[in-house]
Amino acid sequence: MHRSAGRESAETWPDGEDTVSVQVRLPTVLRAHAGGQATVTAEGHTIGEVLTGLVQRYPGLSGQVLTEDGTLHRFVNVYVDDDDVRYLEQLDTKVPDGATVSILPAVAGG
Amino acid sequence: MLKLPAPLYAEIVSHCLGGLPDEACGLLAGDPDTGSVARCYPTRNLAASAKLYTVDPKEHLRADREAESLGMQIIGVFHSHTHTDAYPSPTDVAQAPDPGWHYVVVSLRDSYPSLRSFRIRGETITEESVVLEGR
Repeated sequence: MHRSAGRESAETWPDGEDTVSVQVRLPTVLRAHAGGQATVTAEGHTIGEVLTGLVQRYPGLSGQVLTEDGTLHRFVNVYVDDDDVRYLEQLDTKVPDGATVSILPAVAGG
Repeated sequence: MLKLPAPLYAEIVSHCLGGLPDEACGLLAGDPDTGSVARCYPTRNLAASAKLYTVDPKEHLRADREAESLGMQIIGVFHSHTHTDAYPSPTDVAQAPDPGWHYVVVSLRDSYPSLRSFRIRGETITEESVVLEGR
């Protein structure tokens, strides 16, 4: 089996497969940039790869999820299943195959 | 227009009163096409402040998933103003996350709560009528 150093067995990718495919749930405010779709499929081993790929596929998302310097936009919350990536490894958070990534806007005011 | 069932109006105001002395907040789920609110999700105010609110992101995720499972969407947010009008503040306008949402503000300044609803698109605030249903 293909293993990378430091990777736990639960995160080992199946033989011959290098891609990790996930479902990405988009908030209503971003759906127009993805052809109106509420959920899209994306690939990547980390959240950073998933989001970068998403922006490449849907250029209208540029600047909405990632900032110009490639960091997570402060007004966006991203989850891998139930886990907020800000409390994990941020954009380096690993994404298990078949996981659901949820993008939600931060809701705040005064 | 925001169509708000009377029990949900009561739930919103109750949550806002219960949050004093801080601002309280929550999410509204329903039909984005008709403005009908079907569920109310009172959430924690992570800011824990009398002047600011932040909807707990974890609770937002739960509400979003449940709304989706029920065939509806998150269509807005409510929050309270402890000492000012039931009108969006500059902070509310600057941080409004979705131009398609309804923004409900409950003022607790006076001896009686005042609930009003608005649409915020860019820097433009437009008040909308609130129709109380099922009285």
